[in-house]
Amino acid sequence: MQASQDDRANEPLLAVRNLTIDIPVGGGTLHAVRGIDFELKRGETLCIVGESGSGKSLTSLAVMKLLGKSIRPHADAMTFEGTDLANAGPKAMRRLRGDRIAMIFQEPMTALNPAYTVGDQLIEAMRLHRPVSKAEARARALDLLGKVGITAAESRFSQYPHQLSGGLRQRIVIAMALMCEPDLVIADEPTTALDVTIQAQILRLLVDLQRELGMAMILITHDLGVVARVADRVAVMYAGELVETGSAAEIFNAPLHPYTRGLLRCIPVPDKTRRGADLGSIPGIVPSLIGEVRGCAFRDRCDMAVAACVEPIPERNDGPAHSYLCVHDQAALADGPAAPDDREVPA
Amino acid sequence: MSAATDAKDLSSDTTGVTADPPLGPGRMAALRGRIFGHAGFMIGAGVLLLIVLLALFAPLLAPHDPYAQNLMMRMKPPVFLGGTWEHPLGTDLLGRDFLSRLLYGARVSLLIGIVAALISGVIGTTMGVLAGYFDGRVDAVVTFLINCRLAMPVVLVALAIVAVFGGSLTVVVTVLGLLLWDRFAVVMRASTRQIRSREYVTAARAIGCSVPRIVLTEIMPNLFNNLIVVATLEMAHAILLEAALSFLGLGVQPPTPSWGLMVSEGKQMLLFNPWMITIPGIALFALVLAINLLGDGLRDVTAPENRN
Amino acid sequence: MLSFIARRLGLAALVALTVSALSFGLLFLSGDPASAIAGEGANDADIAAIRSFYGFDRPVIVQYGDWLWSALHGDFGQSYYFQLPVSSLIADRLSVTMTLGVCGIVFALAVAIPLGVAAAVRPNSIVDRLALFLSVVGQAMPSFWFGLLLIVLFAVKLGWLPPSGTQSWTNFVMPTVVLGYYAMPAIMRLTRAGMLEVLGADYIRTARAKGAGEWRVLFKHALRNAVIPVVSLAAVQMGFMLGGSIVVESVFALHGAGFLAWESIGRNDLPTVQALILIFSMFYIVFTFLADILNAWLDPRMRTG
Repeated sequence: MQASQDDRANEPLLAVRNLTIDIPVGGGTLHAVRGIDFELKRGETLCIVGESGSGKSLTSLAVMKLLGKSIRPHADAMTFEGTDLANAGPKAMRRLRGDRIAMIFQEPMTALNPAYTVGDQLIEAMRLHRPVSKAEARARALDLLGKVGITAAESRFSQYPHQLSGGLRQRIVIAMALMCEPDLVIADEPTTALDVTIQAQILRLLVDLQRELGMAMILITHDLGVVARVADRVAVMYAGELVETGSAAEIFNAPLHPYTRGLLRCIPVPDKTRRGADLGSIPGIVPSLIGEVRGCAFRDRCDMAVAACVEPIPERNDGPAHSYLCVHDQAALADGPAAPDDREVPA
Repeated sequence: MSAATDAKDLSSDTTGVTADPPLGPGRMAALRGRIFGHAGFMIGAGVLLLIVLLALFAPLLAPHDPYAQNLMMRMKPPVFLGGTWEHPLGTDLLGRDFLSRLLYGARVSLLIGIVAALISGVIGTTMGVLAGYFDGRVDAVVTFLINCRLAMPVVLVALAIVAVFGGSLTVVVTVLGLLLWDRFAVVMRASTRQIRSREYVTAARAIGCSVPRIVLTEIMPNLFNNLIVVATLEMAHAILLEAALSFLGLGVQPPTPSWGLMVSEGKQMLLFNPWMITIPGIALFALVLAINLLGDGLRDVTAPENRN
Repeated sequence: MLSFIARRLGLAALVALTVSALSFGLLFLSGDPASAIAGEGANDADIAAIRSFYGFDRPVIVQYGDWLWSALHGDFGQSYYFQLPVSSLIADRLSVTMTLGVCGIVFALAVAIPLGVAAAVRPNSIVDRLALFLSVVGQAMPSFWFGLLLIVLFAVKLGWLPPSGTQSWTNFVMPTVVLGYYAMPAIMRLTRAGMLEVLGADYIRTARAKGAGEWRVLFKHALRNAVIPVVSLAAVQMGFMLGGSIVVESVFALHGAGFLAWESIGRNDLPTVQALILIFSMFYIVFTFLADILNAWLDPRMRTG
């Protein structure tokens, strides 16, 4: 009895094995996501970090099965609460979406339907999944609007999206995602489109609500500052692969993959980075993912690249939950590049 | 009423054409490729060319005088319905050779289409370019005139005017030319507004070019693609309207061989000889379809980004 | 919103005034209306009498003012041919034309909108190509010829429908199809283009992420936005269709206002023709005005902005 409860708690909420996403383009096939694995426990926050084009958003849409018709995803396994997402039909997916898995998008300005009031759209989110009356759904929506920090919820209820600011709209999108108390919220750069001053507020709100409601969250971002504040686990994505995955502490305190290290060097650290000093940058550009990609996609930009980098890269582990993709083992990585690196941030 | 709102209303039924920079030599090859790869364009151009040739060489091709009556040979059926090769498409109510009338009818339709499109093109383009180039009052007046024109029922007004002046080819073509300028004006106005804000126009203004010079050398060449597209559509429109007016008995008058008139004459024989309306109808349909396909195709190949 | 309506109303009134002047001016294009009424072989005294009876000896502007004033009160003068008030003559016929117009636009919308949606959902599919084919053919088909073909097929060969007249609803089937077919291509194309644009919008993805089903996404979330420009197009088409009913009514011998216009032109019955031109123009003006209001009402950004 006790054991089975523990099993259930330890069993991941979402598990993705070997997800690939191919996009047919003019000159062949774009291998946008190339065999990634990740999992997520109940109540956990996973941050997927990476630059634009690394496949973060596609990954999240693949979990929701909301990729466009021409995009071809494939996964060896993709399970959510024991449901096999990889083989779920449209009807089963429809029942999960918005109910068990909700999504928050990047662009609050266009994410709401201009033809309906905020209230209608909130009520719809609930009534699609729960046999509740309009009045009940309305009460729940008003309650949530209060929770996401919207004052005068009653009057906002009958307003149209175009009458609201970006920050307000994003609060509404968040409230809409929470209408059915989902187990998992996928937030795809939820603050990128907002003013800097609003970004922190919205993020705080999202994290508070997540803790309060005990939801798991996948937060997609390219902002490492955000990751440092909210992540339980971090997955670093580069050119369609997860190059390093680990707990937030592991990634920030003991990064192994040269790309992760490069990323971390780009963040100024208060009191440590000298005023006026150059921040780190990673030279070079992301390689094309059209056609077959072999070896490490980062090798052309890596200061530790060796001949073996063109061969398939082994996955290495450092502890039970920290893994990375690199030809070098931990000891070699700890030594750093052979030649002294002039790009290193002066400490 | 703000002119902007109104222009939006008006352009809702236009063809989605946009201003396009002139073609450089490099784009010429790409354009050629698109033209030959566009089935609709090729079919339209082919059929239209065929009809134009048939119309041009009608005197050589027609087996009989299109006006020659032979009351002994009335309503002979076409060969495929048991007639003879003497009259391949049969004869009409007055014993005139149907094929010959059909060939000469192509001349009437093409003439009407081309001249009416020319007249309305000149009027509409002038108005549209003026409205698009000079904002404010000029634009408001032109927009107002377009609204008035759209409010007038074309067929009814055309019928009434033709009834007053009598149905000759000249009257019909003039009336149609004076009535069909609205789309030219709407599209040219929108395109001119778009081009006016381009950098090369600003540059021309900055170096002190006169307004007529800017309009003639900077704006007009860039309107050409859209102008041709609208012209084909209006040509088709004029041909259809002429046929309708003639069908109603208030267009081109007998004995001129007009396809609309031929359908109207055949209507009396609807019960027994449906081919008498079918043949001129198909001719009319084929011509208008060809022109429309050509126009749509031109729009696609000159501005492929607007295909949908 | 109110100022928008007021501005729109002002413009509509100005257009109506201009059109009324133009349709009145038509009378004077024809030369001396008095001799036209008197007919061939009338002597000068008769013509002079007619001229003063109808008031043709007054200045044009006075005659126009007089005509307009009466027209505003529903009095369009006497028909030369029937010697009856034009207004009662037209009132009798208008119901037929209106019925035809409403049936026509309903038919066009009922066919064109689903077709446009289906074409947009699967671009370049069979349905899309069929829709494109229908619209290209529709634009090239002379309506009088299409009408006659329908008569040959359904009235003459199959005997399913009456070829002409206004006795029952079956008389309206073919005219409705012919009139509606003419408005279909434009509505279809605009629906398709609008749906293609809207289906790519972020809020459609939001609706899917909420768990909305495909039909709900298409019709509640997408079509609601894509249909806004279609409404004004439909109103404009309705205005054109009433004006175009003259051809259809004459093909099917439907005794509506269009048929009356055709007959009156043939009979040189100018007051009737003038009145009909003005009335058809008014329909167009009223429909486009209503479309603008409806549009603003359908689009929350215009209604509340």
